[in-house]
Amino acid sequence: MDFQIALILFQDGITSGAIYTMLALGFVLIFTTTRIIFASYGDLIAYAALTLHALQNGRLPGTVFLVAVLAIVATLAEVYRLARAGAPRRIPGALVRWLALPLAPALLGFLLQGTDLPAPAEMALTVLLVLPIAPLLYRIVFQPIATASTLTLLIVALVLHYVISGLALMFFGPEGVRTAAFIRGSVNILGFHIQAQLIAVLAAAAVLSVGLALFFMKTIPGKALRATAYNRDGARLVGISTDRAGGIAFILGGFIAAIVGILIGSSVTIYYDSGLMIGLKGFVGAVLGGFVSYSMAAIGSILVGLTEAYASFFASAFKEIIVFLAIIPIVLVRVFLSRTPVEEEEEH
Amino acid sequence: MELLNASGISVSYGKIGAIRDVSMRIVEGQIVTIVGPNGAGKSTFLKALMGWLPYQGSMRFAGRPIDTMTVQDRVCEGMVLVPETRELFAQMTVADNLLLGGYIHRRQGHAALAAELDRIYELFPRLRERMHQQARTLSGGERQMLALGRALMGRPRLLMLDEPSLGLAPLIVREIFEIIARLRSLNVSILLVEQNARAALQTADYAYVLETGEVPLHGPAAELLKDPRIANVYLGSSAS
Amino acid sequence: MAHDLHANSAAGGAWKRNAAICVVAAALLAVPALLGSFAVSLFNLVGIYAITTLGLTLLTGSGGVTSFAQAAFMGVGAYTSTYFSLRLGLDPWLGLLAALALTGLCAAIMGAVTLHLGGHYLPITTLAWAVALFMVFGNLTAVGGHSGIGDIPPITVFGFALDRPHKAFYLVWGVLILTLFGAANLLSSRQGRAISALRGGAALAESLGINAFRLRLVLFLLAAELACVAGWMFAHTQSFISPTSFDLNQGMQILLMSVLGGVGNILGALAGAAAVTFGKNAIQDLVPMLGLNAGTFEIVIFGIAFILIIHKAPKGLSPVLGRFLPAAPRPPLGKGGADGLHFTRTAAPGGTEVLLQVKNLQKRYGGLVAVDDVSFEVRPATIHAIIGPNGAGKSTTFDLISGMQAPTSGTVHFNGRQITGTPARGLIARGLSRTFQHVRIRPNHSLLENVMMGAHWRMRTGFAAGILRLDRKEERAFAGIAHAALRDVGLDADPHAKAGNLALGPQRLLEIARALASDPRMVILDEPAAGLRAQEKQALAALLRRMREAGVTILLIEHDMDFVMGLADRIVVLEFGRLLATGTPDEIRSNERVQAAYLGEDV
Repeated sequence: MDFQIALILFQDGITSGAIYTMLALGFVLIFTTTRIIFASYGDLIAYAALTLHALQNGRLPGTVFLVAVLAIVATLAEVYRLARAGAPRRIPGALVRWLALPLAPALLGFLLQGTDLPAPAEMALTVLLVLPIAPLLYRIVFQPIATASTLTLLIVALVLHYVISGLALMFFGPEGVRTAAFIRGSVNILGFHIQAQLIAVLAAAAVLSVGLALFFMKTIPGKALRATAYNRDGARLVGISTDRAGGIAFILGGFIAAIVGILIGSSVTIYYDSGLMIGLKGFVGAVLGGFVSYSMAAIGSILVGLTEAYASFFASAFKEIIVFLAIIPIVLVRVFLSRTPVEEEEEH
Repeated sequence: MELLNASGISVSYGKIGAIRDVSMRIVEGQIVTIVGPNGAGKSTFLKALMGWLPYQGSMRFAGRPIDTMTVQDRVCEGMVLVPETRELFAQMTVADNLLLGGYIHRRQGHAALAAELDRIYELFPRLRERMHQQARTLSGGERQMLALGRALMGRPRLLMLDEPSLGLAPLIVREIFEIIARLRSLNVSILLVEQNARAALQTADYAYVLETGEVPLHGPAAELLKDPRIANVYLGSSAS
Repeated sequence: MAHDLHANSAAGGAWKRNAAICVVAAALLAVPALLGSFAVSLFNLVGIYAITTLGLTLLTGSGGVTSFAQAAFMGVGAYTSTYFSLRLGLDPWLGLLAALALTGLCAAIMGAVTLHLGGHYLPITTLAWAVALFMVFGNLTAVGGHSGIGDIPPITVFGFALDRPHKAFYLVWGVLILTLFGAANLLSSRQGRAISALRGGAALAESLGINAFRLRLVLFLLAAELACVAGWMFAHTQSFISPTSFDLNQGMQILLMSVLGGVGNILGALAGAAAVTFGKNAIQDLVPMLGLNAGTFEIVIFGIAFILIIHKAPKGLSPVLGRFLPAAPRPPLGKGGADGLHFTRTAAPGGTEVLLQVKNLQKRYGGLVAVDDVSFEVRPATIHAIIGPNGAGKSTTFDLISGMQAPTSGTVHFNGRQITGTPARGLIARGLSRTFQHVRIRPNHSLLENVMMGAHWRMRTGFAAGILRLDRKEERAFAGIAHAALRDVGLDADPHAKAGNLALGPQRLLEIARALASDPRMVILDEPAAGLRAQEKQALAALLRRMREAGVTILLIEHDMDFVMGLADRIVVLEFGRLLATGTPDEIRSNERVQAAYLGEDV
């Protein structure tokens, strides 16, 4: 391996690493707020890429149907809950939040079917279409079992992944797609060729990280989200709705997934089930951060990206194995370093 | 005016600290205390009032039924609980903890929250000195002040305090009770659960004794303070 | 009289049970004769998956550990045996031996590395293992790689090749029935009770002298070996395997089987495996009629079904199974154990030596000093109380003595030996037993079984003997001891009643009976009177006095002064982590500082 190849691999590694960092941020955000390891996270990336591809080719993306069905189910669940809780006055608000808001982009997508949109509009519509999926899933699948053990939540999240990717197969078919590139070429910096895509990815990762940091540190909703992550009971006692905090975390997570899907759609062929592998690697990064530290998660994700890039050169058949087996020593080191008391799942 | 009316409240909860058919009313502006030994169900009762535990029976707050309300709904109605465990946001600053105490008033704008914060800092000057410190670095007494301050940021009509003197040195306990007495002038009704029976009875207007999940005794605090049965419950000093 | 009644109902239950077993066995024997080849092979799959799921049921339902690697372990079994029979031309039975050895090795390494982890880390790492093993199978070009491999020879039994589903049926279901019986035996044995104790939290298990990690490891190995056997039968009955038979997808399906069946009952494994396998087949039949892709739809339907189960019936089918199955026969109560308390290791009252010596004990958490320079001594056959207001450091002191936490400095000597920092599980064998403030009993086990958990360290039966039911003699002997302990605390009216049905007061007595069954020198009790009614407190005090007369030393941590004053020989009062006073009840009562600490100062 000469220097040139090493440099190219390094660039690849950093690009993937930045992608995984964004995913890890989403994983950590959702986990700390809701204790859910949202395994279908990667699927949202695939949905974003597949949706964008459908829009670029003038087809109606299946995402429209998914969002419509989820919105109707969520609305029914919410109306039922409110009616039983003796709060019928809140039903109109619930209809707006759970039915009108998620359905608006779906309707827009339906009406614009076949129209030739400019690229930024296509991307914006993709984000709007993918965004409601995560909070709707949270409302339907996780909110009713919000107090279950972390383990139960994890198992449900994994099962949900199979449902979501199975639906992706029904909506989008088994063919892999590549979206039209929105950026290409390379930039010459100090004599090195830096791929333009790398710069776009790094910029997106930086903007997202800074944006999230400002949100958490400076705004009351952001602080409320952190408070929920640190102490759920304390949050409830000051009137923070943990359900709402979870919903916000899922919206933010969905937003990150949509951005990632758009970013990688032009350089990686995306199949209906590609999300799992991409998501799992972001997840490995999150594990390195012990699911609680954003900065550790970012470092972990860059390491995952680099490991993968160099492993693909030396032992391409085993690169995935290497990445996954890396979880185990990482987890061990974390557990022994942090000395956090082992969480007891007791049965009474 | 009657602020809280809880009637026939029962909680069956892990069998420890369960309560059976407890009724209680609080008149606006009063300080009411619940005294009783460990495991009698005092904390359980407060958690039930807050909607934190499922219960049987019915509750009205300021004339409205609240049985179907969640914890958050009750906070918005003006009920705030400071639990025994405080439940502070340990990794956040004192200022952020207080700010989140006013979470339900967030739509009133920054100026209103800042004014409220200022009021709390007047009440607890020590918190102003520590406003940029993380809550976990505070001493026990300061934590209790922060918990009280955070609760007051929600501008409660009924403030429920679970063992505010827990684990605090006598000097600090005195300070905390002075603050509690001062809150009365701020038109906050208080429900105080205490094992420090003497201090609680001296501060309160009305008192309930809770033993093994039932109320064998209640009356004006000044009367209970003289009642020999109270000393029995605590010291077992003479045969009953 | 009461005893006779039990004998009758037990005999009635046994009769119904045997009849039910005969009917089911006859129906099973008839399956191959009545059904076609395809249906029988479905039955075979049910049996194979039921064995795999049973491993997970033992691991999750009893041990409280979940693994996503069950299907991957099936793969290890299947691929090893396939390699041996197809590439080396050896008999599948030799392949099975090799597969068991390799699976054991893999599981031991995986378990040793990951079972120290708790919470969500463990399932995550098994997930990583499962993905990694799947990729390994895909890269094994010698046995087909990603595209799989066929023509795997059938298993032969005494020269008789099980080359058709009808023949393999008897092997699969024979193995399944044997493993079900073995699992049932195991769960009702000494190790089964230990597994259950583990489910009640590591604190309980360790206080009974159970090494939680080792127990989890054995369970993990057992589950992996069951999966290995199932994988071996899968390879040799299907005669074709590919990595997708053992991928994460499959691992999830096995998890679905165990959740659907419910982890509360070992027959849940069979019910879950049958429901999923037949359900899957029905979907494959029906969905193409609707013009949809069966493979896709299957996973979507299963997923939605799974989520609905978790939402609406988190215990799965096992409560239903429990209602229709006749009750298990009740274990014998055993003779032995005369009336009255008697112990082999206690000292006579009035001795001058010191049983427990606490010297300069200190515990810091960061800047906070929870216990500061506490010293006291406890003499044998006395009742010693530690009291103090909430937050005075009583519970921390208790934890330091009972080995739940290590002190920052200071020493604890028990019976002449230093036990400072000895882990909790090492103390029960030295004669130090404890109870819990928040009662830790196993609600679904009988009173008798709960008390026998206290005698765990005195018993010897291991896993193999338990599975093979070679433990009857020991079981009878210790059931007798446990029954005597129940009599001592006055809970012997129905030793087979479920412990979860007791009220709080009797539950505390049950914990004391459990401590007594360990043949203790000293019992330490954490707030035994909290939440008890007046009469219950009197009964408890009387019991503690009888224990003292029998020579058991008692250390109790209590908040309730009234309870302690009439009972204790000596009292230690703590406040703010420090020793406030120590002396006889009268001395403590007249101490002004204690009065101030308790009733509170004037404000």
